[in-house]
Amino acid sequence: MSENLIVPTMAEMLAQGKQPEVLFWVGCAGSFDDRAKKITKAFVRILNRANVSFAVLGTEESCTGDPAKRAGNEFLFQMQAMMNIEVLNAYEAKKIVTACPHCFNTLKNEYPELGGHYEVVHHTAFLKSLLDAGRLTIEGGQFKGKRITFHDPCYLGRANKIYEAPRDLIQKLEVELVEMKRSKANGLCCGAGGAQMFKDAEPGNKEVNVLRTEDALEVQPDIIAAGCPFCNTMMTDGVKNKEKEASVKVMDIAELIANAQDL
Amino acid sequence: MSYLDNILFAILLVIGFGYFFNNIQKIYRNIHLGIDVDRKDNPSARWKNMAKIALGQSKMVRRPVAGILHIIVYLGFVIINIELLEIIIDGLFGTHRIFAFLGTTYNVLIASFEILAVLVILAVVIFWIRRNGIRLKRFWNPEMKGYPKKDANYILYFEVVLMSLFLLMNASDLHLQNVPNGFSHFIKAGWFPVSQFIEPLFNGMPNQTVLILTETFWWLHITGILVFMNYLYFSKHLHILLAFPNTYFADLNPLGQLDNLEAVTKEVKMMMDPNVDPFAAAPAPADVPSKFGASDVQDLNWVQLLNAYTCTECGRCTSSCPANQTGKKLSPRKIMMDTRDRLEEVGKNIDANKGIFVPDNKTLLNDYITAEELWACTSCNACVEECPVNISPLSIIMDMRRYLVMEQSAAPQPLNAMMTNIENNGAPWQYNQQDRLNWKNEN
Ligand code: SF4
Ligand code: SF4
Repeated sequence: MSENLIVPTMAEMLAQGKQPEVLFWVGCAGSFDDRAKKITKAFVRILNRANVSFAVLGTEESCTGDPAKRAGNEFLFQMQAMMNIEVLNAYEAKKIVTACPHCFNTLKNEYPELGGHYEVVHHTAFLKSLLDAGRLTIEGGQFKGKRITFHDPCYLGRANKIYEAPRDLIQKLEVELVEMKRSKANGLCCGAGGAQMFKDAEPGNKEVNVLRTEDALEVQPDIIAAGCPFCNTMMTDGVKNKEKEASVKVMDIAELIANAQDL
Repeated sequence: MSYLDNILFAILLVIGFGYFFNNIQKIYRNIHLGIDVDRKDNPSARWKNMAKIALGQSKMVRRPVAGILHIIVYLGFVIINIELLEIIIDGLFGTHRIFAFLGTTYNVLIASFEILAVLVILAVVIFWIRRNGIRLKRFWNPEMKGYPKKDANYILYFEVVLMSLFLLMNASDLHLQNVPNGFSHFIKAGWFPVSQFIEPLFNGMPNQTVLILTETFWWLHITGILVFMNYLYFSKHLHILLAFPNTYFADLNPLGQLDNLEAVTKEVKMMMDPNVDPFAAAPAPADVPSKFGASDVQDLNWVQLLNAYTCTECGRCTSSCPANQTGKKLSPRKIMMDTRDRLEEVGKNIDANKGIFVPDNKTLLNDYITAEELWACTSCNACVEECPVNISPLSIIMDMRRYLVMEQSAAPQPLNAMMTNIENNGAPWQYNQQDRLNWKNEN
């Protein structure tokens, strides 16, 4: 596939005297993690296809501070937050979209008190709004008739009560959406939140991501859909742990939509 | 009854309620050892929460079996206590069924109390079997050993005894109401759908004996209620009172939103402000908190302490906690129980030392809760979502992590590395910020 992604930066936009409709906050995982970069690109392909005017901060973006805050380092978090807010405010950002529920939660809920007021949307909610506005069409393509189960990211679901947008999108793919025994408000964490991604687990008798993967495999899906780069990594590892990687894929909703249309 | 009875009864009431209010004051004092936090905003949403969650038990029915049984016991308890008013008036003035003049309304009330009493006994038996017989896992976690387990059972026995006394009292009363040509002041009042079947028990007994029995049941019943009320303080059953303020004052923000420490904001703003003279005098000590985060109960806010007294030890939080389910030491219920135990200890220390806390070389951190427990939390909010009375174990966990990191620099090594990376590269991994857009051109 020839990569001709159009990814303007806020600085370039400003130089042309333009303000994009939405600022795409890529996040650390989306920028650096090999698996998550694919999600980022899939999302950009959809934005390009739907002719959404967007821009990224590029090298001006920095960690939101979420893992620092949840590890207990309020100083580091607030320093990151204030620096990011300075940049965002300088560009007069109004609407931000991100594919990472952790960035989403922090930008949406924790930045306002520190002077950062934006309309923040998760990419699934944003794609849903494009769909509703008729700017995007979704078809099943290669996924038609497949069994898909959706793992609710804690920071999207319980933390911010977004349960339907991702499911609505999946259903548009003409697939069979199956629910795990614990889902939505009862969902089980993938094990990565609260800065756990960056350290070893405390002693126990199982890893959280393995337990969650067992939940998912129980409903015998072809695909485990995720809406968070960290969940994606954890579930991918879980599937490997269960030696199921040949038959079960873990994919972000943006990837499902992009791949369905061969974008 | 003679006047002696009435006086004795009045004394009993004064002692019962006096001791109760004394303990309530203690709880109030202890809760206010916590630091202040403003929960006066948005009263309409708060009342709504309280009506739905505490009064309406909306979160209880997420687990239907326990939920429905709990609603029966709760309704039984609240409604049967309407009867208490009559008991108190009768006791003080030597009257008999003072509200009998309500006629049919009264009869219906008494009948429904009786039916509820039976339902409560039934529910309590099922509760007991769930706890002791089929050994639901969440009732057998390590923190439930010893007193917490006994406490839960005591309450169940209490309820059975109180309800049985209520029915026996009615049955013997009914017997005396039916004495041909009337007996003493036992007028005919009330319908007794349940105790009418107990009544034959008293057939053949001399009326005087039945009278003594009636009075005995009556005294035991009211004494039992007073004892029960005073037992609350020592028990997880405090929740029947505190669930109301606790749901009212609960955090209304989205679950994912952690508070931003204000004291930190001030310092960070100063550090980032190019106009601030770095050699100027340090900020006034009043602006700087004594510590960041929490190592003991006094560092928590009063809502967190109210949470601790409200916890019903039901363990719904723990049974939904991913860390606990995978065998880690963390149990959100234990966090709440430890906080209450420590707060009680601090309160006793203050009582023993004429109103001031004398350091006892103990803290909530380490002596009760270990760092290992705290670091196992994924901040997933399952515990907060599950809690039937809107407690947030997570907020205490976060405040204690803050203490570990900001006061003691005691984060696990990999987290320190992550934080250093954020500080130096603006990402939790060791990548250069200048490479942030490289993905655009990679294949
Ligand atoms: S937030 Fe922490 S304590 Fe609560 S359920 Fe999740 S992992 Fe357990
Ligand atoms: S915190 Fe809530 S869910 Fe957990 S044991 Fe206490 S009352 Fe139950």
